[in-house]
Amino acid sequence: MGLLDGKKLLITGVLTDGSIAFHVARLAQEQGAEVVLTSFGRQFRLTQAISRRLPLPAPVIQLDVTSDEDLAALADRVREHTDHLDGVVHSIGFAPQSVMGGNFLAAEWKDVSTAIEVSAYSLKSLAVAAKPLLGRGSSIVGLTFDGRFSWPVYDWMGVAKAALEGTSRYLARDLGPEGIRVNLVSAGPIRTTAAKSIPGVSRLEEGWPERAPLGWDIEDPEPTARAVAALLSDWFPATTGEMVHVDGGLHATGA
Amino acid sequence: MANTEQEILAGLAEIVSEETGLPTDSVLPEKSFTDDLDIDSLSMMTIVTLAEEKFGVRIPDDEVKNLSSVGDVIKFIQGAQA
Repeated sequence: MGLLDGKKLLITGVLTDGSIAFHVARLAQEQGAEVVLTSFGRQFRLTQAISRRLPLPAPVIQLDVTSDEDLAALADRVREHTDHLDGVVHSIGFAPQSVMGGNFLAAEWKDVSTAIEVSAYSLKSLAVAAKPLLGRGSSIVGLTFDGRFSWPVYDWMGVAKAALEGTSRYLARDLGPEGIRVNLVSAGPIRTTAAKSIPGVSRLEEGWPERAPLGWDIEDPEPTARAVAALLSDWFPATTGEMVHVDGGLHATGA
Repeated sequence: MANTEQEILAGLAEIVSEETGLPTDSVLPEKSFTDDLDIDSLSMMTIVTLAEEKFGVRIPDDEVKNLSSVGDVIKFIQGAQA
């Protein structure tokens, strides 16, 4: 028996085999789920190549979360592979380099708005686009980096994460009556391609392994993937609008 | 089964050509990915991933930044297959 036996999942954000979403997809398959991935634009071929490294090959469908056309077509594209969904994973974030790395005061709205649209508003867009396929007991899970605090170099991406967290709570409110849960996993720093693109990211990572009560391995996406899988499963049936920390416990210390 | 230098070059040229639209005969050992072939980091990740698949090797992320020319990649793959 797997934790996700028979579940049909849509997973965004698989870019490399270091992506958190890749490990979610791998673990989900190992736990009995069927997985459909999304990708877009120039990343599409890379996602396709990486999908062949999963335990079972997974179809990849086109989805740019900022494209009205792709969002409108999403349900039909998913239906080519499965008739419904039990879960959706949002692992999408982007900010222009100009709004990270210590340029908080100099950042311009055009770039900030891109970060917020792609990283936060997209959770709403994705949820609404996938809603026709989601029934009672289904689960949407997103990935954040604790947006309650300011962090070194994270800057407007941090503001976008705060917006993502707010968005998830309102989605939880509006999708709850239909039995759809919406939760986030707030992971500690993990050395993915996305993380490496943050200028000065080592300043975010510094001290985390030492300060987290349980310690923290910035090379290990497994604990985060497990938490996402747990939230996708039937074992959090009354939890929504929640942010689960998978950070070695750092959020709970003042040290 | 190890590939010859020519086989690796031919396979790599095909991958680069598919990714960039450049003709396969422009992909030569002395060419630099960034300076001559105008390949950015996303294309490089795709090329590396497809080359790993084709030649059954693993090219670690930390190694990729040292592989500036087509010949560097050929040499790395030969070393990894040996």
